[in-house]
Amino acid sequence: MKKKGLLVLLGGLCLALVALPFMTGCAAGEKMEYRIGESVIIEHPDLFSDQYGFRLAMAEAGFVEGVNVEYIFLCAEGDMSLAKSIADRFVSEKVDLIHAITTPNSQACVAAAEGTGIPVVFSTCTAPAEAGIVSTWDAPRPDNVTGVSDMADMKAQMEMIKEIMPELRVLGVIYNAGEVNSVVQTGQLKDIMADVGIEELVEATCSTTAEVATAAASLIGRCDAIYIPTDNTAVSGLEAIIAVAEENKIPFFGSTGDMVDRGCIAAKGANYTWIGKEAGRYAARVLKGESPGDIPVVMCAPEACLLVVNPGAAKRMGFTIPQSVIAKADRVAE
Amino acid sequence: MLSPMIQGILTTSISEGLVYAFVAIGVFLTLRVLAFPDLTVDGSFVVGGSLAAVMIAGGYNPFLATIAAFLGGLATGSITGLLNTKLRLPALLAGILMMVGLYSVNLLIMGRPNIPLLRDITIFDSIASWFGTERSTILVIIVFAVTAFITFMILNWFLRTEIGLALRATGDNEQMVRSLGVDTDKNILMGCAISNGLVALSGALVAQNQQFCDVNMGIGMIVMGLAAVIIGEALIHPRGVASMLLTALTGTFLYRLFITIALRLGLAPGNLKLITALLVITALAIPFIRKKIRHEWMPPATRW
Repeated sequence: MKKKGLLVLLGGLCLALVALPFMTGCAAGEKMEYRIGESVIIEHPDLFSDQYGFRLAMAEAGFVEGVNVEYIFLCAEGDMSLAKSIADRFVSEKVDLIHAITTPNSQACVAAAEGTGIPVVFSTCTAPAEAGIVSTWDAPRPDNVTGVSDMADMKAQMEMIKEIMPELRVLGVIYNAGEVNSVVQTGQLKDIMADVGIEELVEATCSTTAEVATAAASLIGRCDAIYIPTDNTAVSGLEAIIAVAEENKIPFFGSTGDMVDRGCIAAKGANYTWIGKEAGRYAARVLKGESPGDIPVVMCAPEACLLVVNPGAAKRMGFTIPQSVIAKADRVAE
Repeated sequence: MLSPMIQGILTTSISEGLVYAFVAIGVFLTLRVLAFPDLTVDGSFVVGGSLAAVMIAGGYNPFLATIAAFLGGLATGSITGLLNTKLRLPALLAGILMMVGLYSVNLLIMGRPNIPLLRDITIFDSIASWFGTERSTILVIIVFAVTAFITFMILNWFLRTEIGLALRATGDNEQMVRSLGVDTDKNILMGCAISNGLVALSGALVAQNQQFCDVNMGIGMIVMGLAAVIIGEALIHPRGVASMLLTALTGTFLYRLFITIALRLGLAPGNLKLITALLVITALAIPFIRKKIRHEWMPPATRW
């Protein structure tokens, strides 16, 4: 009896193992006219906005999901080797376009797509030239790649923070020294801090989301306020920093609207839905025949950058936002 | 011949299996041959990648860069070995401390978290130009296969020499080997060095294949190496040196195959790792059940 049971189990497992790869081919459904590979390194709300904006803009241009477009969306779940495997999959399946979100995926997709003729449109990659994805931001260029960067004007951000908190002298910054985008932004911050009147910068780095809380705790008593750039690691651990800020009454400024929704005091940052839409518009142009090298890489337009404030969060951190700033905010979060 | 999807799955798995096989061989060397659980792998993988990337981006010969990466791995492994043999730090702790510390060291080597190699001449570009062709997946597979074969042969020879045998004996029964007057400390040092040298070599090749080196790309390498070794062992029972090395290769190939299949199953993106784990469990359950049915199953020497 026991033997029979084991045999049945064995047979079932063998069948499952062999049949699984074939099942996917059948389950795909009807073949769409356009197949677009989309990948991201890690998931958080701003990146969802990016994706959403992309599909919206594509639909407006006539490329609608389920009608003539199939999106293959894969998340590398923080694993760089997976990012490469995902890029390889897109190339071997000869997708019509790759939409790469975040820097590591963009690098992997651009490397895999080289020489294959598959165009790559990236978004939310802060420093594409430094990451080697494009040779320059201007057009025309020989690359097969174009996209939208989420680099935000650091000076405008700091001026906003200074307007809200004129007495700020020492600023604490939390970021992952292992992310190029954060290193670039912190470098920019160091360049302009004298111009806006910030005297000192205290840095706390975290290499994984587990270390975010420790980094935040290390800033207690060492700075007047905390700021984080668009750093994927720090954003994933945002609530830990908010907890520390609220408990110790340290004002905490973010760099995107989503961070403010989650509990930061204020941010003047890129609108990720806008970035996604712009990338979608670029992708539509490429699919209609334009060469990606002819489309210049842009960053979020200043008019699309939103000033978002959260008076409730400020109160919890023992701080009041000046009425003048609340008045000119694009959005007030609850 | 085969459908493009299966062809794609196989080519990716073979190329990834070959390049990450060095990681598995390195892990095998320390974990099974030397009985020294070495967790430095996460760090030494990137040491190799970063040394190669810095040199290639600086215009040096890519072959030189790859050799430098190997030497860097040798040095890294030596330090782990020294921590254990001279300072008497437990093996696990020595590996963990190295893994943690090397993150910063790698940032220092590269000077930045990420170095792109898209416009630079890598080993694959050099070899492609020798043959007058363009770089392609097939070329990459051939280069990896040749490197794996050469490494295989060298290790096969080395582990049968007197020094190599002493290494294997140290892992088997250190007390006995010491009682025969052999310096086991030196053997541990050598084993760690060679193992991490191979891992660093893998890191250099991976960086050149994916055309960028990132300080975070080593995260999870030890897990992959362990998974590959153990999957291989469950399916091929290594008896001698040649089968040991084949075990590492097969295990890596299968593990990457499962990951590639899971990627293509088209299920919700967040379930990728769960599917990979389930596939591995299924694949390992099959031989176990087969043996049970035939009453051939024997408990292994160690629970791990």
